Amino acid sequence: MIRLGALGVGLIFIVAVLWGAVQPRDVVAPDPVEKLHKHPHEIAWTVNGPGNLGILGTFDRKQLQRGFQVYKEVCSACHSINRVAFRDLAALGFSGPEIKAIAAGYEVPSIDEKTGEPATRKATPADKFPLVYPNEIAARAAQNGALPPDLSLITKAREDGTNYVHSLITGYADAPAGWMVPDGLYYNPYFRSLNVAMPPPLVADDQVTYADGTKATRDQMAQDVATFLTWTAEPKLEARKETGVIAILFLLILTGFGYLSYKRVWADMKRKPA
Amino acid sequence: MSFPWAKHYEPTTEFGKYMDSRLPLPRFVYNSLGAGYPTPKNLNYFYNFGVLAGVALVIQIITGVILGMHYAANSGIAFDSVEHIMRDVNSGWMFRYMHAVGASFFFMVVYVHIFRGLYYGSYKPPREVLWMLGLVIFLLMMATAFMGYVLVWGQMSFWGATVITGLFSAIPVVGQAIQTWLLGGFSPDNATLNRFFSLHYLLPFVILGVVILHVWALHIPGSNNPTGVDVKGPQDTVPFHPYYTAKDFFGLGVYLTLFAAMVFFAPNLLGEPDNYIPANALSTPAHIVPEWYFWPFYAILRAFTTDFFFVPAKLLGVLAMFAAILLLFFLPWLDTSPVRSNAYRPLNRILFWVFVAVVIVLGVAGGKPAGEPWVRISQVLTAYYFAHFLIITPLVSRLEKTLPLPSSISEAVLAKYGKSSSASGVGAAMPQPAE
Repeated sequence: MIRLGALGVGLIFIVAVLWGAVQPRDVVAPDPVEKLHKHPHEIAWTVNGPGNLGILGTFDRKQLQRGFQVYKEVCSACHSINRVAFRDLAALGFSGPEIKAIAAGYEVPSIDEKTGEPATRKATPADKFPLVYPNEIAARAAQNGALPPDLSLITKAREDGTNYVHSLITGYADAPAGWMVPDGLYYNPYFRSLNVAMPPPLVADDQVTYADGTKATRDQMAQDVATFLTWTAEPKLEARKETGVIAILFLLILTGFGYLSYKRVWADMKRKPA
Repeated sequence: MSFPWAKHYEPTTEFGKYMDSRLPLPRFVYNSLGAGYPTPKNLNYFYNFGVLAGVALVIQIITGVILGMHYAANSGIAFDSVEHIMRDVNSGWMFRYMHAVGASFFFMVVYVHIFRGLYYGSYKPPREVLWMLGLVIFLLMMATAFMGYVLVWGQMSFWGATVITGLFSAIPVVGQAIQTWLLGGFSPDNATLNRFFSLHYLLPFVILGVVILHVWALHIPGSNNPTGVDVKGPQDTVPFHPYYTAKDFFGLGVYLTLFAAMVFFAPNLLGEPDNYIPANALSTPAHIVPEWYFWPFYAILRAFTTDFFFVPAKLLGVLAMFAAILLLFFLPWLDTSPVRSNAYRPLNRILFWVFVAVVIVLGVAGGKPAGEPWVRISQVLTAYYFAHFLIITPLVSRLEKTLPLPSSISEAVLAKYGKSSSASGVGAAMPQPAE
């Protein structure tokens, strides 16, 4: 009975699904966006291996500081990094007083202690980097309808994120013939829809004057800020890899002992007869 | 397993005797995991995966309870609270990655465990109830994993919840009402998140309860083994401890090493970047996919593209997806071959590996955006999936000419290690009983 029922149910599903398989398909016009879209290119890393993110690699503190500088002087005009606290900057190699000074350069929302009215105060190291716009409507109103995303997590929120950031900000190009770029948008083959509202952020070499004297080529700036945003997306990245090395060494040794005791326990059973 | 030759627990200390007549917990452990549990001596490494699944469940529960201390199930701050765990909670990043990667590893282990059961015929009498309890665990795991993924409240969480609860809207007449009831609204929102959190916390303990039944049901007939031949006497078994405790410990070490490699060096490899974007009801991701462990079933769901005798394609897909799992409950009665192990079923062995390949390709198809050639591939393979269990398996089990079985496990083991053994192992000490 069960087998007969199974045969019946099976035949219904099989005929139904194969009926769909033999239907002619509508011709799908090739998506022009897909044809022009480019996957992020690999950054030519100069230090610490690919992305400074090799298995044992650590961030280059100088590079993180340069990236922070690029973020602060260029990106932060429109983009927040609201998940990062000023105190987190210690990981970039800034000292306590330096962090206090950086925080003091920002105003964060507060409440007037006398009147209870909304007010602002100077940020402290415990605060997060403030939003650039108080809300999405304000951002879109100021940005011609576009919404600059918060960059805290951007390298994890995009496929191949570190390379993506670098590719996007250096990848602006002239639109190919036949591709329409609406007014106020820019052609960028690395952007998902090809037309991005963000104007090219890095327009010339030496747009930023690095404190450490590094030559600020466009590529250098893009690479630095991409690294910085990799750190903001995962500030615990170095701790993670460090813990991982220890954990795996421990587990390998434990597993080795486990193997030896397994062999020892089974020695009698597995002994090949003479 | 109450084989007559099982060793008996004898309390040796005063305290042991005291406990044994009041709460015989040591006796219970001795008889279930200790030397009092005779186990077939020829179990291979695939038999480690049951214990690994148990450990994976415990890892999920422990890390989950810790995450629950810091997570806030409120649609306004859920995503922020996850990032709070990643950034500000001591070792929070580690617990979260262990929990996320742990879910994937749990499913990997359970899939191997299920396929091992399929290969060696572990679903056949007298282990049908054991098999079905395992399937209940699998279904509960799927529900738990889905709801856990929603808790992150990223884009893929939100749209995954929309798509999956939308499946219920395919049910005629009451479908829409059911979806609204499940979500607590017309789209995923705070009510959805709260109930999913509550259930996601509850279900693992339900799973734990069914695992206890699963292990209990295992201990009645005892483990199956790669020959599929019943245990005939003491020479076929070894005490679980120390033989399989040692082997499981080694297997666990290998598992944890691979787990650590993924947690610490590629924690986001199996994740979707879109889930690091906070949920936004006004922006649909270009490509909504579930987690990898649902892909084969997602492919089956999407394979039904045309209405069939007034049954809408969507309803067919939903029915087929659920049927694809539920039919496994009937497997013990679909496969009537008296031979359990595929080691002695030459034709069924080939069909088993074909089926494994079909499920893997269905999985690949389920992870791709809906488009050709993947839809047609899913359709043909979905047809094969149903044909395999519902038509081919019953036929093959009737028609196949199986290979001669070894007369006992012991004989099969000796054949492998050479005849006329003088080994003095626990099992081999007893002479083969005359048949």
